[in-house]
Amino acid sequence: MQKKDVPPRWDRKMQQRLARGEAAALGELYDRFASLVHGLAHRVLGDEHAADTVTRDVFAHAWQHPDTYDPRQGPLRSWLAALTNRLAVERLRTTETAALARGGPGTTEDLERKVRHATVAARADYIVQSMPAPLRAALELAYFQRRDYRQTAADLGVTDEEARRRLRLGLQLLATAHDAGTPGAPPGMGGAA
Amino acid sequence: MSGRRPGPYDDRGSLASAPDALPTAAEHQVLKSLLGAWALAACAPAEADAVEEHLGMCGSCADEALRLREAVGLLQRPESLDLNPALRTRVLETCLERRPPRIPVPDWAAAYDTETARLDALLQDFGDNEWHAPVRLRWYEGEEASSRRTTVAGVIAHLMSVDGLVAVALGLEDPLGDVRPERPTPSDRTEAYWRAARFPPTRAVRGPWREQSHRLIRTVSFTGSDTGRMTVPYGDFALPLHDAMLDRAFECWVHAEDIAEAVDYPYDPPAGRHLHEMVDLAARLLPVVLENRRHHGLAAPVERRLVAAGEPGRSLRLEIEGSGGGEWLIPLDSPAAKGSAEHEVAHVALDGAEFCRLAAGHVPPREAAAGQEGDREAIRDVLFAAASLSRM
Repeated sequence: MQKKDVPPRWDRKMQQRLARGEAAALGELYDRFASLVHGLAHRVLGDEHAADTVTRDVFAHAWQHPDTYDPRQGPLRSWLAALTNRLAVERLRTTETAALARGGPGTTEDLERKVRHATVAARADYIVQSMPAPLRAALELAYFQRRDYRQTAADLGVTDEEARRRLRLGLQLLATAHDAGTPGAPPGMGGAA
Repeated sequence: MSGRRPGPYDDRGSLASAPDALPTAAEHQVLKSLLGAWALAACAPAEADAVEEHLGMCGSCADEALRLREAVGLLQRPESLDLNPALRTRVLETCLERRPPRIPVPDWAAAYDTETARLDALLQDFGDNEWHAPVRLRWYEGEEASSRRTTVAGVIAHLMSVDGLVAVALGLEDPLGDVRPERPTPSDRTEAYWRAARFPPTRAVRGPWREQSHRLIRTVSFTGSDTGRMTVPYGDFALPLHDAMLDRAFECWVHAEDIAEAVDYPYDPPAGRHLHEMVDLAARLLPVVLENRRHHGLAAPVERRLVAAGEPGRSLRLEIEGSGGGEWLIPLDSPAAKGSAEHEVAHVALDGAEFCRLAAGHVPPREAAAGQEGDREAIRDVLFAAASLSRM
C-alpha cells in the first residue's frame, strides 16, 4: 500500500535529511503528511486546538528524533500515523483524567471506553486512507453514495464479482482496526495491507 | 441467486438439520463473496435473504458477517480537510527552536516556502471542476491593462514555467525541457509551455510544480551563502537571486488569489513579515521603473535637478498601512539618488495588500485606494510605475 506514490527510497532519504538537520526536509515532511496527522489527531480528540498541538508534537518528535524511525520496519507514513495515535490518545487520557479529577461527569470505565473508541476510530481512518485506491473507491460508492454492488461495479467498470470482492476485502481490512492490543500501545498502523 | 429455493431453516442458530439441505461448496463460495455487499446493505433483497439464511448454518460466514457489519460502523467521512495554513509556520518554528537546523532555509527564501505551501494546500482538495475553472490573468503593459485567459491548471503551469527561470539559474532541470521559448521572458516561457502541451494543462501539473518548488528551496538552503551575487535573468531584466525568490513568492500569492477568486474560496494575504519584504522589493524597483518609463515618455520629464549618485533627491513618501507596513522614500529623479525626507514632494498612503494588488496589475492605478497629498504628477507617475511592475 502506498508503495506506488511513496517509495521506501523517499522514506530513507527523508530520514537522512532530517538527521542531517535540513530544515527544507522538515517542510517537505510537513507538506506531505500534515493533513494525515492532523486528521487522525482530530478524530481522536475531536478538537481543533488539541489536534493542532498534537500535530506540532508529532513533527517536533520526527525532527528531534529522526533516528527513532527505522525504514526497515515499514513506511514513514505508518510510523507517523502510529506516533500521532499514541500522542493523541495520551493527550485525550490526560485531559479526560484531569476532568474526572475535577469532579467531571463519568467514570474511569467511561474514560477507558472513550479512549478505546477514539483509538479504533483513528485507526480505521488510517486504514481507509491507506488501502488500495480501488477498494476505497468501491466502499465510497457503496456506503457514502448508497449504490448497490451492481451499480458500484458499473460505476467502476468492473464485473459484479470483482465489486463484491472489493467490498468484502475493503471491509476485512477495515475490521482490523479492532484488532490491536491495549489502547495507546503502538497500534501497528501499517497492518492494513 | 434470485431463483434460489427457500431454505428449510427458520431457526438460524440450528445446525441440527438434514445433511442434504447443506449448501453446496459452490453456493457457499458465492454467498461468502456477497458478505461485504451484504454488510453494506448493497445487494438485492433476494440475495440478502439468501445470505442471511446461509449465516444460520455456516459458522465461519456468520463470524465474518458480524465482523464486517462492525467494520461498516467505522466508515466515516474524512476529517478536517481544511488544515489551517498558519499552522505550518507555527509548527515549523517550534521544531526549529527545539532543534536548530544545521542547514536552515535562508530568510530570503522563507516567503517563497510559505507561499508555495499555502497555494499547494489550496489545491489539495480541488476536483476536475476546479482545476479547469477559467481564470483571467491581468497585468499592465505600458499604460494598457492586458489580460489572458487560462484555467487553474494553466496558472500552475505558468508558475512552474517562470519558477523555472530560477531553477535554470541554479543549474537545476528546466521544466520546459526541450521546449524553446522565443525569448527567455516569463510570458514567452509560459506561452511556449502552454503551446507545446498536446492537451490543456490538467491537475497533473501540480506534482511537477510542487517538486520544483521544493527543489528550489532545498537548493538555495545548501548554496545560500554562495549565491549572494548570483542573478536570475528574466529576459528583459535580471534580479539578484534573493529578490528573484521574493518575486516568485509574490507571484505565487498573486496567482493563488486569482485561483481562489476563480473557485470562490477565501484566501488571505501573506503574513506581515513577508508582505513587508514584498512591498520593500517593489519599492526598491520603483526608481528604476520610473527612469525607464521616463525614457519611453510615459512618465513626466519633470525639470530634473541633476542629482549626483548617492545624494538625496526629490522623493515620494510611500506609507504602507496595516500588517507588514512601513515607510519608504522613493527617489523620483534618478535610481542613483537617495530617498530623502527633506526633499519629500509627495506622500501616498495605502494598505499593504492593496499596494501589492496595484503592483500585480489587479488594481488600475487611477482607482487605487490611496490617500495622497503633494505633487500630483509625482504621485501619478509612482502609481503607474507600480502597476507596470506587473506582468503576466
